[in-house]
Amino acid sequence: MTMLKEGRPTAPTPVEEAHMAPATATGNRALMLEEKLIFEIGSTDTTGVDFAVAPTGENRLGDLARADAIGLPGLSEQETVRHYTRLSRQNYAIDLGLFPLGSCTMKHNPRLNEKVARMPGFADIHPLQPQSTVQGALGVINELAVWLIKLTGMHGVAMTPKAGAHGELCGLLCIRAALEARGDARQVVLVPESAHGTNPATAAFCGYKVEDIPATPDGRVDLEALKARLGPDVAAVMITNPNTCGLFERDMKVISDAVHAAGAFVYCDGANFNAIVGRVRPGDLGVDAMHINLHKTFSTPHGGGGPGSGPVVLSEALAPFGPLPYTARMEDGSIHLIEEENVGEEMPQSFGRMSAFHGQMGMFTRALAYILSHGADGLRQVAEDAVLNANYVLRSLDDVLDAPFGGSGPCMHEALFSDKGLAEGFTTLDIAKGLIDEGFHPMTMYFPLVVHGAMLVEPTETESKAALDQFILALRSLAERAKAGDEALKGAPYHAPRRRLDETLAARKPVLSWSEPDLAAAAE
Amino acid sequence: MRYLPLTDSDRQAMLATIGAASIDDLFVDVPAEARLSGTIPDLPDHASEMAVERHMAALARKNLSAGEAPFFLGAGAYKHHVPASVDHLIQRGEFLTAYTPYQPEIAQGTLQVLFEFQTQVARLLGCDVANASMYDGSTACWEAIVMARRITRRGKALLSSGLHPHYVSVAQTMAKFTGDHLAYETPELDSKTDSQKLIAAIDKDTSCVVVQYPDILGRIEDLTALADAAHATGALLVAVVTEPVALGAIKAPGAMGADIVVGEGQSIGVGLQFGGPYLGLFACKQKYVRQMPGRLCGETVDAAGKRGFVLTLSTREQHIRREKATSNICTNSGLCALAFSIHMTLLGEKGLRALAGLNHAMAVQAAGRLAALPGVTLMNDSFFNEFTLVLPKDARDVVRRLADRGVLGGVSLGRLFPTAPQIGNGLVVAVTETVTAEDIDIFAKALEEELA
Repeated sequence: MTMLKEGRPTAPTPVEEAHMAPATATGNRALMLEEKLIFEIGSTDTTGVDFAVAPTGENRLGDLARADAIGLPGLSEQETVRHYTRLSRQNYAIDLGLFPLGSCTMKHNPRLNEKVARMPGFADIHPLQPQSTVQGALGVINELAVWLIKLTGMHGVAMTPKAGAHGELCGLLCIRAALEARGDARQVVLVPESAHGTNPATAAFCGYKVEDIPATPDGRVDLEALKARLGPDVAAVMITNPNTCGLFERDMKVISDAVHAAGAFVYCDGANFNAIVGRVRPGDLGVDAMHINLHKTFSTPHGGGGPGSGPVVLSEALAPFGPLPYTARMEDGSIHLIEEENVGEEMPQSFGRMSAFHGQMGMFTRALAYILSHGADGLRQVAEDAVLNANYVLRSLDDVLDAPFGGSGPCMHEALFSDKGLAEGFTTLDIAKGLIDEGFHPMTMYFPLVVHGAMLVEPTETESKAALDQFILALRSLAERAKAGDEALKGAPYHAPRRRLDETLAARKPVLSWSEPDLAAAAE
Repeated sequence: MRYLPLTDSDRQAMLATIGAASIDDLFVDVPAEARLSGTIPDLPDHASEMAVERHMAALARKNLSAGEAPFFLGAGAYKHHVPASVDHLIQRGEFLTAYTPYQPEIAQGTLQVLFEFQTQVARLLGCDVANASMYDGSTACWEAIVMARRITRRGKALLSSGLHPHYVSVAQTMAKFTGDHLAYETPELDSKTDSQKLIAAIDKDTSCVVVQYPDILGRIEDLTALADAAHATGALLVAVVTEPVALGAIKAPGAMGADIVVGEGQSIGVGLQFGGPYLGLFACKQKYVRQMPGRLCGETVDAAGKRGFVLTLSTREQHIRREKATSNICTNSGLCALAFSIHMTLLGEKGLRALAGLNHAMAVQAAGRLAALPGVTLMNDSFFNEFTLVLPKDARDVVRRLADRGVLGGVSLGRLFPTAPQIGNGLVVAVTETVTAEDIDIFAKALEEELA
């Protein structure tokens, strides 16, 4: 052994199997620190915030003073910073590596956008301030609105919806209001089998009956079946384009024309707009309403599950029915709000308000900064590189993984594989969990439902060729192991903060909040 | 383009691997007439980081931010001090740039935060369980009405006149399409709420009574009688809290019998942001948990027996149940929930009570000073950090003139209730820990001059 004269070794002893990874007393593994719940480490007498002493005065709380112990533990500032820093390290994120979740568009989140959103002029203004004091904020909404309209070739845009599904709701409410305005009480919304679950859920949530449209063997909407079903009871058809199989609906314009001829409207789920932004305008394809997930195409951060933002672009037929508040630019350049007070004169057919205030302003500033950074030329490049990256993944792996629609031509921004050809007993889940050990977030799995054991890979345009090559290497290796029946794969992940978790137990005996151990035991 | 890593030689090599001659060949499924040949006209090309920052800063400067003026607005959105560590922590890329925790083995950070958040919210609101959040208070309120309909199989909801009018509007928008019946009247400038009227109106068709606490005019009252009356006919009590800091000082709605408690969590950790993104809180009694909308995080164990957390009871949700789901909601307000939870952890019960106490004390001080102005009366008997003043003239115009003088002096009832001119002299004033004695002085003098 090499060592200094005081006895400190300066080179490691070669590792032998017997010396690998003994258990630690704390359960920690060096930089990977186990972290208890705040309820186990904090106390209700600890606080990390100091306040001025309250001025003395009378109590105007009536007889409602809260006397019970609330049970909210506090931590000092340093303990708080450590708690959340340690927890953060148990998360995978785009900042760590490729995050190929199909239909989720996990692209880089530029930090300029975070900086802009935190400017006090945007972050620290109240939604009910007099309009003269928020002209810059209304300007952001209006400028973003103009971009969204031009990029989609549509007539107007409703900015208030809070997420994609909320945008779907907005679009369907516009359609329903437009139909009711002409005295037409249609009851049915048609949704393809491959649609996101939010589509049928939204249609049902606003009172429609939902019917499926089948897919063709090449993964697209069955045009003939759709045409056959259209009739006087159909209010709308909801189509995702590019669809969730990663394919462009070639017949979109024909579909739109048929839907319009039958007196119905076309709702387009814009979740996959990233594939066509700057290259194709949905307005040119006859779309009447489409939500745009700012947290996908325009890169506002996903934040571990929201907040999203889902503005809805609208055709000339639907724009008059959009929600309040709406911004309007005046001839003098000032921007004013259409709210309940002036809706009667300015937008009498509006279907009303669908959230308390102006929508996701914090997402608007980020999305606008993103759009201005890219410009018209950069956005077009976004779509091209996103599609190029997905096709590169598709063609680099279609010899080891089944690509059910790979024979019908190129894909758009996501590549779809199935579990066909894996060894008996091996599943998409095994490959997904294997990817975790390889240092990647898994792809979307078991969606779309029209493909067995679906694996939907969306690399996005912000991945380099080197990052894609490493991902392809990992997925190729996993596919080969799953085809060869490598049993070890069924135990993956081995190197993540946790092994596979028991979801059945969680659902059978739901524990949704923490209880003091003696109380929890008593409840058994 | 600084965000796009592919070089031209990368692109050529990748096209060769794919077997395509050009990028255009990859768009072959798009009909030729829909393919744009160049960039979309009338839009600028890409810009440097510096140029974009300059443009956005110029827009930001056109706004009067809350920190630049004596500031007294509330009515569903409140200015509170958010400790610096909150914003630092939510910007850690592992939180900021993560997705919904669908792969729990590598999302324990987000999941444990959600489990802690659910527990904090349930305890604050006085309920058994809370979900992982909704879009905002107004949409959470509508979801509560729908949930009450599912539970009771009745279609009539009684909305208190003290409910935020924008929450009422959201519910009315949805009810137009779903066929739910909503009973609602605009409020009166009275220190008493309409609870007695609501109690009298409850009948066997009533699914729920929806009451805000503290209400839009700042009034607070015990909800027990309302809960008892609702329960006597099999209806539910839905309580709406738009200022959760209040619950550090006053009784929790759940403890007074509310079955579902929803709210706006913006006050804690999130910031004003011109109305969004905000944070819908949603909590209820244990027995109704399977009727809840939205995501739920639950505790479980992994294959090695270690404690861990997962999203659970997802058979209620759209990605499994499609048109039979309890709601169409898919996202939550994850990052806002994180901010709420961090701020609440920094506060702890001790800090929350101190914060609430300071808010109330400053509000009492301001109310005393403002109500002493000639012609001004204080409508409320009791309040937390927000109260209604009755002015001798229409408050809407007064608020605009105050803004011209650099004072953001409350929310007029004319802005909130444009169709109810009879209460147009009302001014809702919120006073939080961010207000100084000097701010109160400036506001009082400016208001006195405007009313003179």
